[in-house]
Amino acid sequence: MTQQRHMYRLVTLLLLAATLTVGGCGSKPPKPSSTAPTETNAGASTEGANAANAAGAALGSQEEVGGPQAGLLANRIVYFDFDSAVIKGQGVDVVAAHAKYLAGNPQARVRLEGNTDERGSREYNIGLGDRRAQAVRRSLLLQGVSEGQLTIVSYGEERPADPGHDEAAWAKNRRVEIVYLTPAGQPAAQPKP
Amino acid sequence: MAAQPTLNIRRLWLPLSLLLAVVIGAGAVRAVHAALQIEITSGVRDPIPIAIVPFAPAPPDDGGLDVAGVVQHDLEGSGRFKALPRERMPAAPARAEAVTAADWKAAGSDYVVVGRLAAHGNGMLAVDFDLVNTLTGVRLATQRFTGTPAALRNAAHKVSDAIYQKLVGVRGAFATRVAYVSVDGSPPTQHYQLIVADADGENPHLILESRFPIMSPAWSPDGQWLAYVSFESKLSGVYVQLVRTGERRLVSARAGINGAPAWSPDGRKLALTLGGSNGNPDIYVLDLTSQSLTRITDDPAIDTEPEWAPDGRTLYFTSDRAGSPQIYQISASGGRPRRITFEGNYNARPRVSADGTELAMVTLEGTNYRIAVQDLASGALRVLSRGRLDESPSFAPNGATLIYSQREGARGALATISVDGLTGLRLKAQQGVICDPAWGPFGT
Repeated sequence: MTQQRHMYRLVTLLLLAATLTVGGCGSKPPKPSSTAPTETNAGASTEGANAANAAGAALGSQEEVGGPQAGLLANRIVYFDFDSAVIKGQGVDVVAAHAKYLAGNPQARVRLEGNTDERGSREYNIGLGDRRAQAVRRSLLLQGVSEGQLTIVSYGEERPADPGHDEAAWAKNRRVEIVYLTPAGQPAAQPKP
Repeated sequence: MAAQPTLNIRRLWLPLSLLLAVVIGAGAVRAVHAALQIEITSGVRDPIPIAIVPFAPAPPDDGGLDVAGVVQHDLEGSGRFKALPRERMPAAPARAEAVTAADWKAAGSDYVVVGRLAAHGNGMLAVDFDLVNTLTGVRLATQRFTGTPAALRNAAHKVSDAIYQKLVGVRGAFATRVAYVSVDGSPPTQHYQLIVADADGENPHLILESRFPIMSPAWSPDGQWLAYVSFESKLSGVYVQLVRTGERRLVSARAGINGAPAWSPDGRKLALTLGGSNGNPDIYVLDLTSQSLTRITDDPAIDTEPEWAPDGRTLYFTSDRAGSPQIYQISASGGRPRRITFEGNYNARPRVSADGTELAMVTLEGTNYRIAVQDLASGALRVLSRGRLDESPSFAPNGATLIYSQREGARGALATISVDGLTGLRLKAQQGVICDPAWGPFGT
């Protein structure tokens, strides 16, 4: 067995070495599109795609900005109980503070990012995170924020705030983050290279 | 009937089509970090004793690949075979005629595999093997596989498939591939990679990398394409990508959730979860040619994780419409869903076996999320895995084995388990977490 393991290692290392000499990690800008797929030998090789270069700007994703910091506005996180999308405790005040700011600054825009803890099925958790982001969205709309100021995304369990694996960590991960974006009418900052 | 009329989305589609980008990576071949480490976690009580003799090589075209070693690794990894160590082999025959059956029987092997590599013209290689019963001396199988030297590993897996089929009675799934997601680091410096490797975890290739989540890879029925969810724009998008070339298309980037892609058995449609700006995730079917979108479910609950029945007529999906996530079945043209799972208060992420008789899922047992299989005829549910946070089951194309993700603290690994619960193994990355495995179809 160990002999074979060494053999596999060797093959992998050789492949890796070959890759490195060909071009290293995929940080180069994408080449222009071509309609015909590139032929490669044996079907064994694969060309990776680098997401950082792909969509981004074209999708109109807005740059994150610092946003308002006064008082409760510095607090951008709303926490939730297990399997719940009910805004509770201090979360109510946090949402109210941002609602007041957004209603008074109609050019301000935010992205509401819904998150869950790591338990359960990944795509189902995307649904749960969305439900939390929607709860915050509805509360903001009821308090005078307009639809066009809000974008929703759910990351489910994919982007934990706390990498731990106990109840204390999970409680920090069941959350909605309020992320301020470039205000309407202002050009987005150039993405850093 | 809740079926919605087909909704044409051409107006939405136009801006999206600007994004039909072909993304080419830096190198022609993107082999990635070291292959996964395999650990056999369980096996049958009486594995079949077999000897796999080193194949006669054909240097330099064979690249030094130990074909017999790959076969041995496959067969032992299945948990159903025990291989004779090479140092105890009585001889080194390369063809059936040279096998002295009694010597191998005396060494404790019921079967012997011998083989040889040879140049086959035009830079091609031929791999021949014979399978011999040591009790009777009868040659049970002999077969030749030809291909380029680069495809030699695949040919070795095909040898394993043939032996497995002959001795276990089920088509082997060694010459198949698995897609999975690797995650390193924590936000904001997460590094996601979508990787395709051989079913034994070797030969990994990078399909996509991103600082933002990549989720839910799904193979097209012909094994040429992967659909997946990427948050590279910070919002969700569903992409389809040609595995061989890296060419890809963004097929859905609507407001709210774009998730859980599943190819129809004819490869023409994707079932998806779309959330819309108001929330309320529902199941839709996107025709990849006409780009028309059909709404399948319409319920205020979370409806997600669609999975096509093998006949393409119905879809299974997860819904919490009854208060907790359960699995339902609905006509692929919409209508009234039928609830499929009733045991426990958490059953999600349905995956159906290729013959349509069994449904794998994530089930909550006590406080543990585990992989279970439900017999669709009887409704009987059996829990197969023993972990705490087991997720994302995916059937091997032969229906005999499931691959899924498991977590122990900060470590995330992939594991396999046979549907009879008897055999299993774990595939670990050297660093980070690996998750979201999708077992590809049989090759051609």
